[in-house]
This record gives sequence, C-alpha cells and structure tokens, in this order.
Amino acid sequence: MTQNVADRESSPPPPPTRRSFLFMLGLALNAVAAVLVGIPIIGYLLGPVRSRGAQAWIALGPIDQFPEGETRLATYENPFRVPWDGPTAKVACWVRRLEGEQFQVFAINCTHLGCPVRWFPPSRLFMCPCHGGAYYEDGSHASGPPPRGLFEYDYEIREGQLWVQGGQVPTLSQPL
Amino acid sequence: MRLIRAIGNWFDQRVGARDTLGPMLAHPVPRTTASWWYVFGSATLALFALQIVTGICLALVYVPTADQAYQSLEYLNYQAPLGWFLRALHFWGSNGMVLVMTLHLIQVFLWGAHKYPRELTWVVGVFLFLCTLGMAFSGQVLRWDQDAYWGLGIGASVAGRAPVIGRQLVEFLLGGPIIAGRTLSRFFALHVFVIPGLLIGLVGVHLWLVLRLGINEWPMPGRLVDRATYRQRYEEEVRRDGVPFFPVAARKDMIGMAVVIAGVLACAALFGPYGPNGVPDPTLIDTEPRPDFYFLALFALFALLPPWTETALLLVGPVVVILLLLALPFLAGTGEKSWRRRPVAVIGVLLILLTVGTLAGLGITSPWSPVMDAWSGLPVPEAYVRGRTPLELQGAAVLQGKQCRNCHSLGGEGGRRGPALDGVATRLTQDQLIRQVLQGGGNMPAYGKNLTPAEVTALVAFMQTLRPAQQPPAQPAVGPLTPAR
Repeated sequence: MTQNVADRESSPPPPPTRRSFLFMLGLALNAVAAVLVGIPIIGYLLGPVRSRGAQAWIALGPIDQFPEGETRLATYENPFRVPWDGPTAKVACWVRRLEGEQFQVFAINCTHLGCPVRWFPPSRLFMCPCHGGAYYEDGSHASGPPPRGLFEYDYEIREGQLWVQGGQVPTLSQPL
Repeated sequence: MRLIRAIGNWFDQRVGARDTLGPMLAHPVPRTTASWWYVFGSATLALFALQIVTGICLALVYVPTADQAYQSLEYLNYQAPLGWFLRALHFWGSNGMVLVMTLHLIQVFLWGAHKYPRELTWVVGVFLFLCTLGMAFSGQVLRWDQDAYWGLGIGASVAGRAPVIGRQLVEFLLGGPIIAGRTLSRFFALHVFVIPGLLIGLVGVHLWLVLRLGINEWPMPGRLVDRATYRQRYEEEVRRDGVPFFPVAARKDMIGMAVVIAGVLACAALFGPYGPNGVPDPTLIDTEPRPDFYFLALFALFALLPPWTETALLLVGPVVVILLLLALPFLAGTGEKSWRRRPVAVIGVLLILLTVGTLAGLGITSPWSPVMDAWSGLPVPEAYVRGRTPLELQGAAVLQGKQCRNCHSLGGEGGRRGPALDGVATRLTQDQLIRQVLQGGGNMPAYGKNLTPAEVTALVAFMQTLRPAQQPPAQPAVGPLTPAR
C-alpha cells in the first residue's frame, strides 16, 4: 500500500488523456463563466460612482424673499432624486444676502462631519450640534474641530431668481 | 411516547444524526471548561438566533424605501399587534449581542484562548465582531430617522476625507450623490442579506474550529503554551479528566443562553422599542444627532481629537486597530496563558475599557456641544443681578442676548463648550476680558464685529462682578501696582 503511494508520487505525471483534457476544459469554462458574470456585477455595483460629480443648476426662488443683511434657510429638491426618495430628496442651505445681488449660499453641512449647522442671528454665528463647530456669518471657521469654513455654492441671478449649483453631499474631497 | 421514538428512529435511519451529531455533542472536553466564565460565546449565539427570528418578523412589515420606511416603523410601533414588542426585542437583542460578544472577546483574551493552536478561531472571531458592529450600524440606518440620516452624513464625511478616491467612495457608500432612497436600499441589502450571510458562514467556521481544536482548558499559571507539546498535553488532559460537552459543560451554557434571552425580554417589555426619532427630513435642522451606544465612544473621539490629526486617525486608526486584533495571536501565540501572569494584557484590557467607557460617557453629555437654547431658556441667576449698577445689568442682558450662555455656564447652567463664567473676574483683568470678547481665541469666536463699543463696555462691566465675595479681582501682572491695604 505504502509502496504504491510512493510509486505514484515519484512517477512522472501521466500523459494528457481525453479525461484530463475534459477536466481542464471544465475548469477553464467555469473560469470564463465566472469572469463573464463578474464583470457586469462589478460594473453594476460601481454604477453609482460617476466619472464627474453630480452638478446641476437649481432655483431657490425670487431674490426678494431674502432680505438684505440677513441669513435665511432655503430648501430645494435634489435634481438627482429618484421617485421613492421621500423627504430625503429635500436639501436645505443657508442664504446670506449681503446687499443687492451679492449673496453667499452655504451648504447646511458642517465641514467637520456633515451635521446640520444652525444660524444664530444675535451672535451672528453658525453652530453645529454634533461636535461644537462654529462659523462666522461669512462662513469662515470661528472655532471647534472643522478643518475649513462652510461649503459655499456657486450662485447666479437669472431674471430675479437665485440659482445655485449643487446636487451632492458636500465633503472635503468634493466641496460643492 | 413509543410512537415518538419510532418516528425519531425512522428519521435517524435516513438522516444519521445520531452517528454524526451525537459524537460531536458528546465529545469530551476538559472538566475545567465547564465553567460559568465560558458561557458568553453560546449566549452570543443565542442572541444571534433571536435577532434572526425577530429580524425576519420585522421584515414582514417594514418597507425599505426612503419615503415609507419611517411610516412603516410607526405602524409597527402603534398599530401592528405586538409590533412594538418585536421592534423592542430586536433593538434590545442587538444591544445585548454587542455587549455579550464584547464580554466573550474579553474573556477569551484574558484566558489566553487566542494562543496556539486557536489562532484562526480568534481571527474568525474578530471578523464576527466586525460583522456584528456592521449589523449594528446598518440596523441603525434602517431606523431611517434623523439620527440615521445624520449618522450616514458622518459616515459620508469620513469617507470623503479619503485621498484621491474620496468622492467615489462617498457615492459608492450612498448609492448616489446624496443620502436618499438608494442609500436605504443598499443598507437594507447589507443588513438582511450580505452581513447575516457572512455571519452564519463565519459562525459555522468558528464552531467547527472550536470542535476540532477543543475548548480552551482553564489556564493554570506557570503552564506555558509550547507549540511542540501543547496538543499532546491537551489530549492527555481530556483523556485523564474529560467530561462530555453535552450535557456536562452545556448545562451552564444553556442556563447562560436562557438568562440573556430573559434579560432581553425584560428590557423589551420594560423599556419598549427605541425610535424612530423624527422624520428624516434634512430641512428640519433643529436636531441633535446621536449614535446608538456602541458608537458613542467613536462619536466623542471625533469631537476631542486635535483637528490636525483627525483625517489621518479617522482613516488609518480603524485599520490599525483591526490589524492589531487580527495579528494578536501571531504576536503573542505561545507562553503564559493565565491572566494572573499577564499583567500587560490585564492592564491593556482595563485601559481600553476605561477609555471607551469614559468616551461613551462624554458622548452622552457632549460637553463640547453648545446648548442651543440656553440663551433664551435659562435666566441669569438672581444672585448675579442683585445690587448691580444699571450698566452691569445692561451687560447681563448683552450676555444673554448675544448667546454667550450657549457655550458658557452661569450657576451651573448653560453650555460647557467654554469655561464657566462664575468666577471669571478672578481669572481675567478688565483688559483681558475686553480682548477676549473682541478677538476671541483659545477656541472662542471673535465678537468684535458683532458688538457695539457700548455693549462691550456693559458686558465687561458685568463680567467684572462675577467673582466670589472673598476673592480679589484679577490684577495686571505689570504696570502700576496698587499697594495692598
């Protein structure tokens, strides 16, 4: 018995036969099938990753609703929504009208970890409820852990309407 | 009775459970392992089974779409018969599972069970632990309330800090450019298909390894693990003084399982389900997002890390911790097993527990967060306005109106972001107070552009009265010294 095993181990590999060819063919065909199934699955999984960030112009309403010298909350529906998004399709932003057609539009998200900052008119500060970040009225960093000032939207005034460019969660690697 | 036995025999002739499972259940284990300290693993498994059963029940009603998930949870809470109880069981079961699994992890580490030859058992256990935390986070997302929404926001912000692929990672995580319907679908698939599948498979491997390598014997100080002799000595011990796992060791396991299930039942009945807390409408900004308890320590760490270390630590820290856990049995795979002779291990466990506990405690109170309504909700204590001049009273009004109380407390009430102002006049001179208010600094915003000179004068006049009666006000260190009287 042990003699047999030793013989088999020391003998040269058997010459290719029809059976060993079929076995190798079976392996190869399954590998091809795995690749053919795998490629579309990976492509599907990476579907949400766009080559460029999601950007679109969005109307926030007539500029008259933003009094000069004040900061107001504005909301819009995300243009890249799907019908079943419900309330989460909504996005809020802070609109500061300096004077005339001069605006600053800030994302609601704290630059530290994305929590919603609140505007406090008496102290003219934005404060974050999560880790205590604070920003001045022009969006610059005032105190706390945020690594930069608030994310600011590009804006345009078209026919008395305030438009901003947005569509994605602002993060440090992809500000608005 | 005879009929039941006959049916049992009929099945066993075909299934063969008595010949396969029987020896597995009755396999001999060291007598020392039949200990109350060894019940946490099976208790975790019992809670996992409870989570599967209650989770399937919830999935019968829960609607995993962003526009209706919240309503379906409310329906479960208030309309579906016993829906509230099933939600409560699933919630308290998850808390219990994280807790008991952590106890199991600590116990096997202190008892040296990760050492040779059980390294792979430990490694699989680490993945089980990570999967369970993944279940906890994804389950919190399925609650689809404001905490879930902003918790995802924190996740996206952390991912967005990754160099080069930050944006792509965020989009992959969220399933789109924003936190919305596609995000919930993803986390639903993770929570009910992907991670449970992994967990079931890994539990199988974990148990198989326990069976093959034997339950870790009770470690005796001075009996060192040596790769050459360990397995032989273990087998000798089992032969000499082994007991069948079932029923001798399993008795205590079964009681442990029943106790944790009873604990979860009691918590569910007493405290009920948790949440959902507020419709996940991101335009409702009067929210203070907080994670579930297992992530409170992490949440606190985010507030307390020095900002310049944050990106590196957020991205690299978890990887390092996981790699260290995985590497542990390979770094310390032999030698002393008993915790009585492993002071570094014991101190390490205590330090980690203290750190995580302290951070979690801080996460609950969040002293770094401004108290958003302190300025309008908390009056200046009466003692601090009695007998003050009109200018000082005006200053007290400025202090309230400019929302200083959101970050500074008076009489123990208010924010704790900045120092309490009760004794501020003993610490800062008039000039220092003015400078601090106007220019800020030391993590305080500057109020120079936001206060009129008259307001500053009044505010500083009021703050100069804030000192205990017997203590002198702060004096400038240089300049004309007034002789003490």
